[in-house]
Amino acid sequence: MEPNLTLLLVSGFLIACGVYLLLERSLTRILIGILLTSNGVNLLYPLIAGPARRPAFVNLVPADEVTDPLPQAMVLTAIVITLATTAFLLAMAYRAVQVNGDDGVQDDVEDAVIRRLAALDEASQSFDSGVGSGEPGEEEGGDFFDVEPGPLDEAPDDVLDDDEDDDADDGEPIGSEKAVRVSSDGRERAADVTTDIKEAQR
Amino acid sequence: MTWTWLLPMPILLALLGAGLSLIFGRRPIIQRAISVTALSLILVVAGALVYLADTQGPQVLWIAGWQPLGISLVADRLSSLLLLVSAVICLLVLLFSLGQDQEERLRETPISIYHPTFLALTAGVSNAFLTGDLFNLYVGFEMLLFASFVLLTLGGTGERIRAGTTYVVVSLVSSLLFLVGLAAVYAATGTVNMAQAGVRLAQLPPEVQQVIQYLLLTVFGIKAAVFPLSAWLPDSYPTAPAPVTAVFAGLLTKVGVYAMIRTQTVLFPENSMQRPMLVIGILTMVIGILGAIAQSEIKRMLSFTLVSHIGYMVFGIALDTAAGLSAAIFYTAHHIIVQTTLFLVAGLIERRGGSTSLNELGGLASASPVLGALFLIPALNLAGIPPMSGFLGKAGLLRAGIAEGNWLASVGVGAVLVTSLLTLFAMAKVWNRAFWQQMPLVENEDGKMVEAGQPLQPSMAVVAAVIVAVGLSLTVLAGPLYGFTDRAARDTRDGGYIAAVLPEGVH
Repeated sequence: MEPNLTLLLVSGFLIACGVYLLLERSLTRILIGILLTSNGVNLLYPLIAGPARRPAFVNLVPADEVTDPLPQAMVLTAIVITLATTAFLLAMAYRAVQVNGDDGVQDDVEDAVIRRLAALDEASQSFDSGVGSGEPGEEEGGDFFDVEPGPLDEAPDDVLDDDEDDDADDGEPIGSEKAVRVSSDGRERAADVTTDIKEAQR
Repeated sequence: MTWTWLLPMPILLALLGAGLSLIFGRRPIIQRAISVTALSLILVVAGALVYLADTQGPQVLWIAGWQPLGISLVADRLSSLLLLVSAVICLLVLLFSLGQDQEERLRETPISIYHPTFLALTAGVSNAFLTGDLFNLYVGFEMLLFASFVLLTLGGTGERIRAGTTYVVVSLVSSLLFLVGLAAVYAATGTVNMAQAGVRLAQLPPEVQQVIQYLLLTVFGIKAAVFPLSAWLPDSYPTAPAPVTAVFAGLLTKVGVYAMIRTQTVLFPENSMQRPMLVIGILTMVIGILGAIAQSEIKRMLSFTLVSHIGYMVFGIALDTAAGLSAAIFYTAHHIIVQTTLFLVAGLIERRGGSTSLNELGGLASASPVLGALFLIPALNLAGIPPMSGFLGKAGLLRAGIAEGNWLASVGVGAVLVTSLLTLFAMAKVWNRAFWQQMPLVENEDGKMVEAGQPLQPSMAVVAAVIVAVGLSLTVLAGPLYGFTDRAARDTRDGGYIAAVLPEGVH
């Protein structure tokens, strides 16, 4: 089988553009990236079907003049799935804008907290309290962070790099002192936001 | 009498149930009845398939009779066993979530979409286990992925959208890679039927084989969350509701492991890639568990132990011996159950203690001894304390590793031991901080200091107890089960699968 060079080049170009966009932070760009990449990948299927020949109608077209129909069936399935993907990602990007005010992909707060703990090199709370004090449970999560100004203010840039969305009400920028508590009351707050939005919709 | 008509039933029943429960979205009672019935029927069918596969050999059905061009469904010992375990898990998790959505219907879980999506997820998982066709495997993956996208972002809260984004994008990228791999398989062999492709791939130049093998293993590695490709998992699983995380943790990664076993045994039996696979398995075990120790949030910690224990299965597959594969299959069955249990119990902890952060928990053992037992038993099981099934699975892996005898396998044996010890350490950390110590008090609306959380919902606790008991029963059944997995491993390695799918030598 002679591969079709044009299809291959177009496919490669689409995938390259798509991968570039996939590395962005904005969900809308990621969506376009996924679309370009999917189309690039889908183009591989006409490629593997061999040179274009006559359509596959049983008993109307002689079998040896027909293009291989199996890749066409597969790529149709893949196209339908791409469609569903697009719909879902669009809905998710819209929802992200509703909740956060922008559709940027945010860092994992819990991850940042652990990285910061590691940077501080403090002994863990269970180590401190488990041995002698006898009243261990009264130490609340992360309260020693509140005494000092957030150590994260000097944290490496990659932790802080989505600080632009300060105005967003739910997507707490990680540099703020409150961020430590997001892990605990993030859920309730998220639930509040949901109820607020539900009420607003009514 | 032939029973092959049973083969599509798990998929069809689940899809039918999904459709019906969507229609009855506004009638919760009917909806629940439908999903429980569908999942119970699937459980029965899966049990029947295990019996048939064990007594009569692999069951094969060519859909619409398009042999060998169409889609084949195959239930051999391996796929029927995993199907049975996943059916048990799906049913129990659904029963668990019935208790949850009574309480949280208004607040968190839009119930009308939960049941149909859950059933669609089951259909995807069943399809992935049963199919004998690579493209149909892709479709199965997409079905379960799309259902999981919806379940993960249920309610569309900010935190879940954030977690969902990572998950969705990574999953989509892996699906695209899978499509590239499929195109390569079809271009090289002219078929996407696994048995046929296995026969034809063997005749190709080794370089072509290797490219395809790397592509497919990368894809399944992302799905299974093996080490360099695992970063998405702890980031995205913990925010979902407990039953959702539980069923994801139990099933989705294991579908990836199952696909890896099929790739290695059916498509590329000649090239085991023992060294790279062993290295990946070892790294997954050790790095995963080191991640778990650092966590102070129970669900995240469990997500990391999930990653770590995928390493055990990869280790068993990498050994490329019948004993290693058998132990890996046993371990997969064990781990599906125990990891699901732990995530469900984490959900109970969240209810009882008002949080899953170790910093805000304490004293649960005295506040609720039942919860203590429900956590302790699967936690010890996960760490591999004898005589529980975790120990038996690890013992099988250790024996297979020692029998292999080369230095890398010995390092793997060491990693297995170290990882179990560290798993025990991580579980002990949860136990110390969440179950012992004093329960912290929080301020309520009247400004008084009270204990956080609310009492356990009895039906949820009962279901959790049942699933803990299922985990323990694996110990009792370990003898027959190991016999079964031994036969399953032999099947996959001696070409029994290919012979069953292509009986007349249709190559």
